[in-house]
Amino acid sequence: MTLLTVHELALGYEGKPIVEHLSFALHEGEYLCILGENGSGKTTLMRTLLGLQPPLSGRLLWAEGLKNAVGYLPQQTPVQKDFPASVREVVLSGCQGRMGFRPFYGAAEKAMARENMERTGVLALQDRCYRELSGGQQQRVLLARALCAASRVLLLDEPASGLDPEAREMLYDVIEKLNREGMAVVMITHDLDVARRYASHILRMGRNPVLVPKTEHFARKGGEQA
Amino acid sequence: MIETLLLYLSRPFVQYALIVGVLIALCSSLLGVTLVLKRFSFIGDGLSHVAFGAMAVATVMKLGNEMLLVLPVTVLSAVLLLRTGQRARVKGDAALAMISVGALAFGYLIVNLFSTSSNLSADVCTTLFGATSILTLTEREVWMSVVLSLLVVASFLVFYHKIFAVTFDEEFARATGTDARLYNLIIAVIVAVIIVLAMNLVGSLLISALVIFPALCAMRVYKSFRAVTVCAAVLSVVCALVGLLVAIVAGTPVGSTIVAADALAFGIFSLIGRAKGGNAHA
Repeated sequence: MTLLTVHELALGYEGKPIVEHLSFALHEGEYLCILGENGSGKTTLMRTLLGLQPPLSGRLLWAEGLKNAVGYLPQQTPVQKDFPASVREVVLSGCQGRMGFRPFYGAAEKAMARENMERTGVLALQDRCYRELSGGQQQRVLLARALCAASRVLLLDEPASGLDPEAREMLYDVIEKLNREGMAVVMITHDLDVARRYASHILRMGRNPVLVPKTEHFARKGGEQA
Repeated sequence: MIETLLLYLSRPFVQYALIVGVLIALCSSLLGVTLVLKRFSFIGDGLSHVAFGAMAVATVMKLGNEMLLVLPVTVLSAVLLLRTGQRARVKGDAALAMISVGALAFGYLIVNLFSTSSNLSADVCTTLFGATSILTLTEREVWMSVVLSLLVVASFLVFYHKIFAVTFDEEFARATGTDARLYNLIIAVIVAVIIVLAMNLVGSLLISALVIFPALCAMRVYKSFRAVTVCAAVLSVVCALVGLLVAIVAGTPVGSTIVAADALAFGIFSLIGRAKGGNAHA
């Protein structure tokens, strides 16, 4: 099933395009890695997909009911470094999108938060203070929060940046597991090895952005490092 | 000394002051954490100076009820300030500083040009430091404070989880379908109402203290948003009570005494935080 269709999209700020003629589709269960140099519009694309900024032109169509049911793992903000919040509070806040004007979390949200903390392996940390966790633990907490918002798609913006190799490995394992359980993944990364290992498709940003199956991308590049 | 205190406590004006003081202290502590983390610690100063300016205009225009002008103007400024957020051309702290000194200057200028009062500097000083105006509250003012405070507390409780989500990560909240703009607006309105209320208690110069001290104290010791919020509220009320009682008995200025109590509490909480081995975040 097609989750997202992008047609002739142009992206940029204040009328100046960074990317033009971008067309691709995302299907159920795919693992799409977005590669490209700094400034090639990777994060802009993600922000546009999330509805945080409008495209300059072109069409972007989420499947029925997915518009606000996309899980997002953003790069961390400075505010969060000082924020006094327990892990459970952070994960629960991922349910906010489905709350509408309902003021308090019910049993369903609490169960969902618990389940997602279990999926990303942070359940044991649920009463700990978020700001005192290690970088890897923090990312898995934010991943659990994203899962509370997501039913079928996760968007990840360089989720492993700044993590040590072990934490990185652990995070990618969790993401891969989620993908195998049927979650479509769209991930910005700088790490070609990661793309080679996990992705099903590669979206190469740049002047002529194209989406190709992974095998094709790496075959054409002859495995060379970009 | 106990007798003096009891004697004072039997007077209606002291009772009014205690009721209003406690309620205002409670309200002002609620959004402290949010404001500190959004780097808007000085919003109390900025907005109260706007309120001061508006008050000056209202006085000159001889409005019967100054609140009719002061409240809307302050709410509007709060909305404009908090709306700009991260992508603004003039950043939060600069915008605040600009509005703060600008409004103060205009307010003082207007009072100076048009005032009919014979003791101008005392009037201005009262508005800025609160002086004893909390001890001269009328019954109507007490009721208005009570109603506004209850509204503030009620809306904070209802929007508690939304405020958390929007403060912790506004982008995520927006991306997943929370109307962050609406909740930022609600935060701004609540902040403005609190500040207009608090001007009665400590005057416009010390409001920031009332907003941020309890939150900073609580953040030294507690680790979850809920614990921090509850602790800040309780602490703020306790400090306000202690400050008021000391001020009444010892005849010190109300606002400064309360803030002194808050500052003392901050020292104590810092020590506790260090003893517990928590890292010192500010």
